[in-house]
Amino acid sequence: MGASLSLDVQRAAGDRRRGRARLLAGAAGLFAVSFFLSAGYGAVTITPGQILSILAAQAGISLPWSYTSAEETVFLAIRLPRVCLGALAGGVLAACGASLQGLFRNPLADPALIGVSSGAALAAVACIVLGSGGILAHVGAEYRLPVAAFIGGLAAVWLVNRMATQNGHTDIATMLLAGVAINAICGAGIGAFVFASDDQQLRQLNFWMLGSLGGVTWGKLLPVAVLALPAILLLPAFARFLDAMLLGESETLYLGFEVERTKKIIIALAAVAAGASVSATGIIGFIGLVVPHVIRLLAGPGHRALLPASIMAGAALMLTADIFARTLVLPAELPIGILTACVGGPFFIWLLVRRVGGGGWS
Amino acid sequence: MRTARSIFAAVALAAAAGLSTPASAAERIVSIGGAITEILYTLGAGDRIVAVDTTSLYPEAAPKLPQVGYLRSLAAEPIIALKPTLIIADGDAGPPAVIKQIREAGVRLEVTPADPSVANVYEKIRIVSALVGEEAKGNELAEAIRRDLRSLAKAVAAIPDRPRVLFLLSVGRGSPLAGGNETHADTIIALAGGVNAAAGFTGYKPIPAEGVVAARPDVILVVDRTAAALGGEKVILARAEIAATPAGRAKRIVTMDGLLLLGFGPRTAVAARELALRLHPGLRLD
Repeated sequence: MGASLSLDVQRAAGDRRRGRARLLAGAAGLFAVSFFLSAGYGAVTITPGQILSILAAQAGISLPWSYTSAEETVFLAIRLPRVCLGALAGGVLAACGASLQGLFRNPLADPALIGVSSGAALAAVACIVLGSGGILAHVGAEYRLPVAAFIGGLAAVWLVNRMATQNGHTDIATMLLAGVAINAICGAGIGAFVFASDDQQLRQLNFWMLGSLGGVTWGKLLPVAVLALPAILLLPAFARFLDAMLLGESETLYLGFEVERTKKIIIALAAVAAGASVSATGIIGFIGLVVPHVIRLLAGPGHRALLPASIMAGAALMLTADIFARTLVLPAELPIGILTACVGGPFFIWLLVRRVGGGGWS
Repeated sequence: MRTARSIFAAVALAAAAGLSTPASAAERIVSIGGAITEILYTLGAGDRIVAVDTTSLYPEAAPKLPQVGYLRSLAAEPIIALKPTLIIADGDAGPPAVIKQIREAGVRLEVTPADPSVANVYEKIRIVSALVGEEAKGNELAEAIRRDLRSLAKAVAAIPDRPRVLFLLSVGRGSPLAGGNETHADTIIALAGGVNAAAGFTGYKPIPAEGVVAARPDVILVVDRTAAALGGEKVILARAEIAATPAGRAKRIVTMDGLLLLGFGPRTAVAARELALRLHPGLRLD
């Protein structure tokens, strides 16, 4: 009896491990496919052979497929940085969403909850309506808006964190409520600026609030990558801590984790990365909130699979949505914020409905 | 396997066919900005346009062309994919990063100035006509506009009445915007022999209800789209803040086509004359 029970447990553990491996492989495959489709498909037709030629030419190798300089510019200077930004932003938003949901033990947590998005939006809107003075005047014109947004995002998180921290202890529940309050205040500020804006500013503002991957260059991508990659690389390392947090904060402490310090590190990583991502793309919803839930529904709440799978699935969803954004209304372009939900929403609903009999969120 | 190979071959062939269009065949112009498009059509170059932006609503043929989106939120790759030989863009076109990307792809992109003056109408005509090699027609067009505006100015100078005109623009929710200094509305009101009642600020700004009353307009000026958005002329005149103005009491409101009134293209003189006639019912124009 006892032997067969332990055999069952072992078998279940083996199943879980195999399931995890399958899920990670699937997410990686999805990411790879969407990355290559996204890089290979667009308004300008560039064949796979030409893409190989263009890439090989960068390394000084010449291949037989010929291409024009316009095709080279479109691929190297317009499409490739855009695809890289899409992958990065999608991955970052999903990683931050997954870890913050774990940290807050709240299914509605996402990067927006700790104030990053609304702080960044308020700063961006202020920058658009008031123009840029002070430190911003020293920044190159095309970098002013992202720099303002990044600073605004971090300032909002700092405030939220400050309000929730007493005697070195950050209270998660307080932080959640402080985030809601800061979001409401930033929303009011945005409303005030929208009210005071003229027609041009309003257009610019709407464009930013709906998000876009357009117009990105390698020069703009580099700072985002430097700020966002640490989160993608390091957040998965906190999987065991986040698993323990599912049991409760004091249980995590008894298990030997340095709860306060780890909380601060996770929030800092998420804030910097999400702030950098939002500053470059504007507000792109849905991915940070829903991608981690999709993965949970498929693979359960364990963070060792959840974090890396969310990163890859987030990137894949962003890139797929962007393919539609770029090509659906040619020769114009749709704001990507509309499409992330359109592409991912129905799938999420299908998963939810299918699971209704099978249990709750975690 | 064989199917896969034949699909690949078909794709490659299609791509090759797309690329082999001879560059010398014909000019392919992407026109970005309502005034630019109108100028091109007036110069007889309309058949060279392959795509326009969403503000290009006149003449009727223009909005039937493929549209590259709103002029302030363009995307680089779809425009490059149209293989234009020339892009002519209004000074408001953007975002700047996209303009830069298009130029870096080796596509010729010329931008006209954006200031809302009459001088800029002539400048736009000069630039566009030179770009499409129709300088003679361009000079003729500019001369005709100059002549019409001169005779309008003379007629307007003969009458002493200078009504205060408040231009209102509705953009979605919130209070309507008023056209202050340095706007197309301000310029056209002056051409038509009116005084801008909202001259205290520059650009289009939201104007509070009390600001409308304080501006004491004799006439309310709106474009057709604003009139529709606000519920029609009667509803606008019945708004409390407008009913309290001289314009509201005399029920004086002028509705005009948006692109005609504010486009500042070849029809600038037509617009100014129409507005003048409606501001000064007794005005006689030859």
